Amino acid sequence: MIDWILLFSNAAQEIISPTTAAYALAALGLAIHFGFTGLLNFGQAGFMMLGAYGFAIATLTFGWPVWAAILMGVGAAIVFALILGIPTLRLRADYLAIVTIAAAEIIRLLFTTNTFESVTGSADGLQGYKGGFEALNPLLLFFDEKDLLGFGPWVYNPYDWWVRIFGWGLVAIAAFITWRLFKSPWGRVIKGIREDEDAVRALGKNVYFYKMQSLVIGGVFGALAGMVFILPRAVVPSNYQTSLTFFIYAILLLGGAATVFGPIIGSVIFWVLLSFFSGFIARAVEVGWLPFLTNVQAGQLRFILVGVAIMLIVIYRPQGIFGNKKELAFVK
Amino acid sequence: MAHAASRPLHRRAHRRFAAVLLAGLVSALTLSIAAPASAEEIGLDEFDNKISGLVELADQPLADVQLVVAGGGFSVEVVSGEDGRWAVGVPERGEYTVTLNEETLPEGIAVIDPELEQPNVRTITVGQSGSAVANFFIGQGERNTVSLLDQVVERLFNGLNFGLLLALAAIGLSLVFGTTGLSNFAHAELITFGGLMTLLFGVVFGLPIWLAIPIALILSAAMGYINDAALWKPLRKKGVGLIPMMIVSIGLSLAVRYIFQMFVGGDTQQLPGATDTGLEIGLFGLSWTDVASMGVSVLVLLAVAYFLLRTRLGKATRAVSDNPALAAASGIDVDRVIRIVWIMSGALAGLSGILWAYFRPGVSWDMGFQILLLTFAAVTLGGLGTAFGALVGALVVGLFVEMSTLIIPSDMKYVGALVILILVLLVRPQGILGRKERIG
Repeated sequence: MIDWILLFSNAAQEIISPTTAAYALAALGLAIHFGFTGLLNFGQAGFMMLGAYGFAIATLTFGWPVWAAILMGVGAAIVFALILGIPTLRLRADYLAIVTIAAAEIIRLLFTTNTFESVTGSADGLQGYKGGFEALNPLLLFFDEKDLLGFGPWVYNPYDWWVRIFGWGLVAIAAFITWRLFKSPWGRVIKGIREDEDAVRALGKNVYFYKMQSLVIGGVFGALAGMVFILPRAVVPSNYQTSLTFFIYAILLLGGAATVFGPIIGSVIFWVLLSFFSGFIARAVEVGWLPFLTNVQAGQLRFILVGVAIMLIVIYRPQGIFGNKKELAFVK
Repeated sequence: MAHAASRPLHRRAHRRFAAVLLAGLVSALTLSIAAPASAEEIGLDEFDNKISGLVELADQPLADVQLVVAGGGFSVEVVSGEDGRWAVGVPERGEYTVTLNEETLPEGIAVIDPELEQPNVRTITVGQSGSAVANFFIGQGERNTVSLLDQVVERLFNGLNFGLLLALAAIGLSLVFGTTGLSNFAHAELITFGGLMTLLFGVVFGLPIWLAIPIALILSAAMGYINDAALWKPLRKKGVGLIPMMIVSIGLSLAVRYIFQMFVGGDTQQLPGATDTGLEIGLFGLSWTDVASMGVSVLVLLAVAYFLLRTRLGKATRAVSDNPALAAASGIDVDRVIRIVWIMSGALAGLSGILWAYFRPGVSWDMGFQILLLTFAAVTLGGLGTAFGALVGALVVGLFVEMSTLIIPSDMKYVGALVILILVLLVRPQGILGRKERIG
């Protein structure tokens, strides 16, 4: 029989899981790119990868402390944004799309190749970079590292809580920054670029420069998301395929592209539903409710669901759950 | 199965890459064709996961070489078969060490790999796919047995072959982009569809290949039509913008790709004749399949060129590409043109999928997605929306991908092509054949 309590409790865990926080942060970066500025960045996986690898390599290869490792990841993302932006931000939107998706794949291939194995760990990736972060855990002042804290489905050890606090803390800060930015004159110029680039140019604004700033800020959010993403797991290059970017787009479109809370709530809804459905289908296959599916096929069903969800949202509710139809990211 | 081993499959790529191809080939052959089981296999029926490999020296299989596979408290000994192959079933996914007993190798031969201290011991991980390959670098200087000139010529022909099949896919993508403005990410699935349908009719239903390929092409064309009729035409009528449509195509691509995987699974399977050694020409490392592939590509590309330049419909297509409103005003049935472009695009993508299945070699659920970015690179490189630009771009990408393996490791060969794409956009953003005003 299906253990409904377990299914619901697994789904409930996703509400505060660090993976949800990482996707929310990455989606927030993408909201700045796509929702507010109208830049079609299909390389968010690349920014996340640079953040993750920057952090891990700085810790493992150079032995840097946590703050320097974080700066390394952020710096790598800034450089990446500049390299991407310089050739493409003057061109039509679809060029940026193709270049960003290509650049993210280049980075993934470079991290996967055996040539740089001593630094990147090639296809096996990297682990063992969490020591410095673990040592910073303020909860250890009050609890033993083996204590279990929390209630209901949310019972974790202090490290797991620290990862969650750190991840969601970053999300909160990023959301506040985004909210302030788009209340400011700078944000109004950015939204103006989305609506009508030529009009903004006619007002004497340097559109190229504004777009570049937006690309860098969203990219830094992506890099930070990459770091949150690797705290509960290892860095493995196969996690950063183009489908990661598409998942983040699904979250962004679900919540509403041109909103601050849309990406965050979108991420929570996305992961809760995905966890619940994949759990439900896997159990249903086990108890024989879906005789035409095998367990492996049940695992693939989630990708099909995400794909269909992206199509349906874009066609029937392009502004997302929280979006305002007047503020559509895609006007053209 | 013995003949497959003697075929110089590694000619296209670095040995490690060939090892992966050979592994796919082994699994596909053992699954689909009841070949004489000369390879030594232990415990494949008992366990779901598998480690396999091929012991060979300069393309000659080495028999009776002893290997020990151990990991997670499990250990098994196996000797390579007449064709140099071996395979063992292992109980669980995870890390295993494979040790090749060098004393069982013929005199004067050793396992060489300058990067490793103990070249005859390899640690491999059986991952999600449930199978892994452990091959050893045996002998010495085998990569120098082919002279540099021969290598260059070989890669040149391979690059040409690859570029031509890429051009078929790229022209279809470019025509759709030109007439409707859609950057269709689901084009990859049209490519895969051609390969899968050939597999379905040629292998599963057992039809002769000369019948299976035309059936697959007709179905691919029909698929192109269905794509337009069921999805894109209603969206155009609804007035959905170009960027939302592009995101819809991404969702479609994701969904369809995994639907394919549900039906065919994660394995690579071979089309008839893809690994047949009887077809070797012995010149530039080409086989008759390669020659036929290039011949078909050139003929079809000429036919497309004739269609676009000389026929009424072709001229109408170019007119719609140039300015749909003006074309409609001058009496061209734009919807009909777009429908025909979608049918062509589907058929061309299907054909390129079949040729790609022979080139890789193998049919798998994500084969189209593997070359989607290269197809986009080809289209962008040549100039978005220009059909002949796509052809030029595809040849550049194909040649560059294959030639670059002379210098860089083959697991980075796609990097070069994508870097070139970004560099070209820096200097000539409209692409090689594009006109300046197109980039807006």
